[in-house]
Amino acid sequence: MSEVSQAFCILFILLLPLALAGLALINTGLSRLRSAAHSMMATLCVVGVAAAAYFVTGFAWQGYPGLPSHTLSIVGKEWSWLGAGHFFLRGVPLDGSRASLAALLQLLSVGLAAVIPLGAAAERWRLRACCISTALLAGVTYPLFAHWVWGGGWLARLGSNYGLGLGFLDAGGSATIQAVGGLTALSLVWLLGPRRGKYNLEGMPAALPGHNTVLVLFGCLLALVGWMGLNSAGSILFAGIPPGRIVLVAANTLLSAAGAVLAAAAITRYRFGKPDASLSANGWVCGLVASSAGCAYVPPAAALLIGLVAGALVTYTVAWMEAHLGLDDPAGAVSVHAIGGVWGILAVGLFPRAAALATAPSAANPAVTPTGQMLAQVVGVATLVGFVLPFTYSLNWLLNRFFPQRIPPEEERQGADLYELGAGAYPEFMTHTDEFSQW
Amino acid sequence: MKITGLLMMPAGWFIVLSALVLLRAFLAQNLFIAAGIGVEILGLVLFTRSHWVAKRGNA
Repeated sequence: MSEVSQAFCILFILLLPLALAGLALINTGLSRLRSAAHSMMATLCVVGVAAAAYFVTGFAWQGYPGLPSHTLSIVGKEWSWLGAGHFFLRGVPLDGSRASLAALLQLLSVGLAAVIPLGAAAERWRLRACCISTALLAGVTYPLFAHWVWGGGWLARLGSNYGLGLGFLDAGGSATIQAVGGLTALSLVWLLGPRRGKYNLEGMPAALPGHNTVLVLFGCLLALVGWMGLNSAGSILFAGIPPGRIVLVAANTLLSAAGAVLAAAAITRYRFGKPDASLSANGWVCGLVASSAGCAYVPPAAALLIGLVAGALVTYTVAWMEAHLGLDDPAGAVSVHAIGGVWGILAVGLFPRAAALATAPSAANPAVTPTGQMLAQVVGVATLVGFVLPFTYSLNWLLNRFFPQRIPPEEERQGADLYELGAGAYPEFMTHTDEFSQW
Repeated sequence: MKITGLLMMPAGWFIVLSALVLLRAFLAQNLFIAAGIGVEILGLVLFTRSHWVAKRGNA
């Protein structure tokens, strides 16, 4: 790795906390006043726990191409299924090598994955439970799947082992970070159930709007900067692109977000008469999420198209899940991160030639067929639904048996701020009585 | 319904993996992968529905 790549990579990694800040503001703004401080406090705790858990076991189990791993031989093919490094980052020289930069990036991006469920489980998730759940996500689930995609695991080798295009491609983490976080959010929404007052006896949802739209929209702008760093660093480390192609990555990230927010604003304007700020914000983040997988591979026009579809998807799925599936997800995290992530993964399969040119510009790999690359991406999605979702649900179900994850009903009515922290976020502000009378 | 749905998701995934490992013919491999994904989706639908029914029952 050249010194220029190294310097750029470090710079991009240091932008990543802005994505965390952006998501934290979005989650807090979309929750009600009574749980605002709890939401920010939970973000800090979760980011800390995620970094610590990843430091202890995460990188050892995730690994990096070239580092030792556990493999199985199945019908003559090597299946690398788990990293075999040392715990506590022992054996990884923190000197700017590719592996050390990947470890640094992952210490932060695992926090990003862990913040996603906070938005879905807002206002009813105990602080202690969310810390333990995060430790399981960052220490077990995330590294396992990340090894398969980014650590030289079997998904990454679908191309060389089974001739499926270039193998599973995910430069910036639509699957590894976003979909894993989004599916964990879905598990928690199922386990915790809806907030009190969200559904009436007939199962009709009530609107429980967030308390600060300005925070949400400012969070979107911060997230853009963080995402540019994430996608750029991921593209250098996991897709092996040269620093010059970061221009393409940044342009794709922005265009995807732009397409998504415009689509969401236009659709909500058409459906409700006025553009909806919170759904447009969801659209923006969904565009960023969907951009991650293909940011290093697809042309800018394709990134815009990916964003347009992501924005349209999120506006319909948020309402549909709430009304027809009974999912109370205040921040729309499941739609934005799980569905947006899956769309981003599949979108890479729609542009297989672009992917081939990006990875081997001198000779576009003739073995890369449209169906082969799409099949690799589909196998990745099947792994998310068939392994990651049941696995993360089972872990959280077990946790719930020993440490009930939900705040008790009476305390939930008072708000998570008072119950868990002893004070509200805005003690000198007047609160509306209906804020506390909604069940 | 919940446990059936939960078990059907990994079952579908194993069908996908088996198709990858055991089948070489393009059509057969694609068909089995599609079947595996169908099983996963069916499991997901059952699992989601079991939660929704339980919630409505408790409302």
